[in-house]
Amino acid sequence: MELIDQHTKAIMEGCKERAWAQGLRFENETLEYVVTNRDLLELSPKIMIPTLYNYWVHDLEVLKGKGRYELYPSNPYETVINTRPAISFYNDNNPDWLNVMIFYHVLAHVDFFQNNLFFRHTWNYDFNGEALSDKRVIAKLRAERGRWVDYVIEFSRGIDNLVGYYCELDQNFTIPTTQHNLRVDYYFDIFIQNIKHFKTSEYIKEIERFNQCRTDYAELGEDSFFSEIERRYPEFRALFEKYKERKSVKAFDLMQYITQNSEFLNKEENRWMLTVMEIVRKTSLFFQPQIRTKIMNEGWSSYWHENLFMKDDRINGHEVDFARVNAGVTSMPRVGLNPYALGMRLFYAIEELVNKGKQSWDFQRLNDSYKREKYDNKTGSGRDYIFFIRENYSDFTFINEFVGQDFINENKLFVAGRRLNESKMVWEYYVKSRKARDYRKMVMDSLYHPPYIVLDHEKSSKNNTLYLFHQFEGKPLLKEYISNTLLGMEFLWGGPVELETKEVKTLPLRGDRPHAPGKPRPKEMIWQHVVYSMKNRKLSRRIIA
Amino acid sequence: MYGKGLFAISKRLAKLGFTPEQIQKIVTGIRAESEEIPLHVPLETPGPVNESIYAFNDLLMLQSASKPNVSQSSHVRTIDELLAKDKQREKDGFPRKIRVGRMIKPGRGGKNKVVVIPTTVEEKLIHDPSFSDTDEEEAGGGHGDGQEGEVIGEQPVRPSQQGRGAGPGQGEDEQHELESSAYDLGRILTEQFELPNLKDKGKKRSLTRYTFDMTDKHRGFGQVLDKKATLRKIVETNISLGNLPDTSNIDTTRFLVSPHDMVYRILSREKDFESQAMIFFVRDYSGSMAGKTTELVVAQHVMIYSWLLYQYANQVETRFVLHDTTAKEVPDFYTYYNLKVAGGTQVSSAYKLVNDIVEKENLAQDYNIYIFHGTDGDDWDTDGREAIPQLKIMLRYANRVGITIVQHASGSSTEVEKYIKKSGLLEQAPELIRCDTFNDDVDEQRLIDGIRKLIS
Repeated sequence: MELIDQHTKAIMEGCKERAWAQGLRFENETLEYVVTNRDLLELSPKIMIPTLYNYWVHDLEVLKGKGRYELYPSNPYETVINTRPAISFYNDNNPDWLNVMIFYHVLAHVDFFQNNLFFRHTWNYDFNGEALSDKRVIAKLRAERGRWVDYVIEFSRGIDNLVGYYCELDQNFTIPTTQHNLRVDYYFDIFIQNIKHFKTSEYIKEIERFNQCRTDYAELGEDSFFSEIERRYPEFRALFEKYKERKSVKAFDLMQYITQNSEFLNKEENRWMLTVMEIVRKTSLFFQPQIRTKIMNEGWSSYWHENLFMKDDRINGHEVDFARVNAGVTSMPRVGLNPYALGMRLFYAIEELVNKGKQSWDFQRLNDSYKREKYDNKTGSGRDYIFFIRENYSDFTFINEFVGQDFINENKLFVAGRRLNESKMVWEYYVKSRKARDYRKMVMDSLYHPPYIVLDHEKSSKNNTLYLFHQFEGKPLLKEYISNTLLGMEFLWGGPVELETKEVKTLPLRGDRPHAPGKPRPKEMIWQHVVYSMKNRKLSRRIIA
Repeated sequence: MYGKGLFAISKRLAKLGFTPEQIQKIVTGIRAESEEIPLHVPLETPGPVNESIYAFNDLLMLQSASKPNVSQSSHVRTIDELLAKDKQREKDGFPRKIRVGRMIKPGRGGKNKVVVIPTTVEEKLIHDPSFSDTDEEEAGGGHGDGQEGEVIGEQPVRPSQQGRGAGPGQGEDEQHELESSAYDLGRILTEQFELPNLKDKGKKRSLTRYTFDMTDKHRGFGQVLDKKATLRKIVETNISLGNLPDTSNIDTTRFLVSPHDMVYRILSREKDFESQAMIFFVRDYSGSMAGKTTELVVAQHVMIYSWLLYQYANQVETRFVLHDTTAKEVPDFYTYYNLKVAGGTQVSSAYKLVNDIVEKENLAQDYNIYIFHGTDGDDWDTDGREAIPQLKIMLRYANRVGITIVQHASGSSTEVEKYIKKSGLLEQAPELIRCDTFNDDVDEQRLIDGIRKLIS
């Protein structure tokens, strides 16, 4: 691995100037390396972070195919990594014009990393440097503890998809607390609006009464105000208590919970394991935003490499070459999803939408399709708006908000289906739906989504058991993996671990399987509650009502 | 009209390093589109076809870098280390984690090569990716014209025969590497099991590999001094010299020791003669076996086969039988492994063929006979009215019949399983017949456990 030559670096610096001029914002320094096939072999299991800790599984072939991205969400072949300075990787034989295009793409990625709020927790440090010191820590521990370090890494990695990414993020966005206490907020914001459905005039009257109480009784004003309310609505107190309770429950970070509450880990001789777990947890948290902004990230970069490349005066004569490569990157496949193409089209669509002022209340209220089409306020603020999007959205919100019927129609998108034609023995691909809602659902279903697992405090209190509850979202867990994952958890927790989830009791025979004549056709799917428990490294499963 | 063009395209794609599967998909896509549009359009599209959005990446898309090629030998280097590590895991009370990966590279003419790749998986709690609650699956997004409900492309259910197994650019030179891999797979598996019920039968033949032992004697020099033999020799010499006048009062200090008296032990090549064995591999290749079931049955038979290759140094004879409603014998593992035909299922036909072969060639007298049968459990002969009698005949001569049933879905038991259970054979002759059932979503470890079940 070596740095690109001075000539290429000069091209990169030129690209930076032009990108800044267009409004992209990123740090001055970047590092570009030329990588060989051999380097890639070593880098890819480490998710392109050259300084990531060593782990024996990295030396092996790991699972391929379906399910892979649930397990290893981070992309092993990313061109640029979110470090300070940002590091990017290149083939050594790229022609200059292609490098210009890739540089723009990379710079837009860097801009995205350094401005999108979902990356907020990665802004204040250099992951590459921290990974290096972590790597040394692990190497040192390995020298002292031998294979047990690898066991702890293994077990920690087994639950590293259950980290509390959103609570981590939450800490960076503290909401300024108001002077009002929670009771007042609840009463005015929730109780009378959502539960009692007050009219506006009544609402204003209540506010007036509140202010009156404050002026009349000063410090006691609030209490006197609420004493009246509790008289009027006896249920208020109970509802408020419930609300308070719900409010105080924070999102659950299994990994953190175990590190803080496991008696086993907090014994003096085992405290080193906490260090290892924290390293694994931190690494996982670092990669979380990347997987949750794949479509946006690639869309944003494609949008910019296209825009900036076409304006670049240095590449005259290579328009056709560019067009070929660019079409390959950003064309929509006949069947399949290309995040580059989808994301880029969405950014263009949003820009146009806002330029015409369609992202407005007036437009939303228009029903006349002709008027809708011709609507154009010439606001010219589309560019600013997509910068706002790149700062504040993630894939989910991006898709959810902007994949509308107009977008689907304009781009001729559809949800493709696949079914078996038994007489011809072929899979038929067909247009399943052209509705925006179905398309949205299809894309959102394909987004990374780890299972949501919470702690059941009540059931956990018994015999030092860690009782986990899988919030069922219509999809069962992968059974083969439960045993070893729970085994690792039991080790780290130092006591029995139970997991409650739902499973299919009877699965209907799938329609895509040939079946012998005269057999009954598929039945209904029936679900059942099951609890897996891991105790003394033995897994058992029981069905509960 | 576009048939020839497509062929050229797929050749080109193969050169570019696409897998046969991907090519198939691309070709399907082209075929669908080429009704109106000329061929060349989608070809420029690099990137994964019909895969997760997370499979797309900049290196592949922008720099058209292919995934780095991993040479198998770089992995094999560590295989001993890995196995040692795995053993240690067991001692530490954790389940083993190394699995034997994808593995066959069959060559024509009975020269079957197996490639072993140690693999592992990091288990986490994830949603089951293969779960689907709808009857018709979604194939992802799509783009272009077409009414709702309109069919836009077709893809054969069974991938074409060519391509599978025969990797691109496999040449003569590669053979060495493959050989060593087969050896490795065999070695891993050998740790786990051996053939049951071997009996002395007919002409003797060595079933084990040579072992080296210190049993040969050599006078004058050698590796280990055989003290007893040496002493005997010394006494002998001294008697003949008259150096031992009184046998009741021996004075050893007066003995003369000739260098020639020293008897040493040296290495010798030993060969254990054991009975010979004939293995029948029987596989259901009917229409219902399409996909995962066939993969699993074949993978399991590959493992048994490569284990035999290693453990019994290829001296076990193997026969291959395929069946749907009729059975046929095929000459080598390659054909056995690759052949795919749709059809109904008649298990008895295969059993009958095996019985006929054994009878005709009078194998029962000279051979230990083992039969491994893989099926998805479908049988048109639902009560086993024909299969059970054949099976009973088989049990008269077989040392072990191992039946593997790969179910399509959990829960309901299959016909073959039902009638075998009903026949009571499993209880009557537990030493002779074993039956193992699993679902079509199991991993390799389960396959190995399955083999252990069949031959324990």
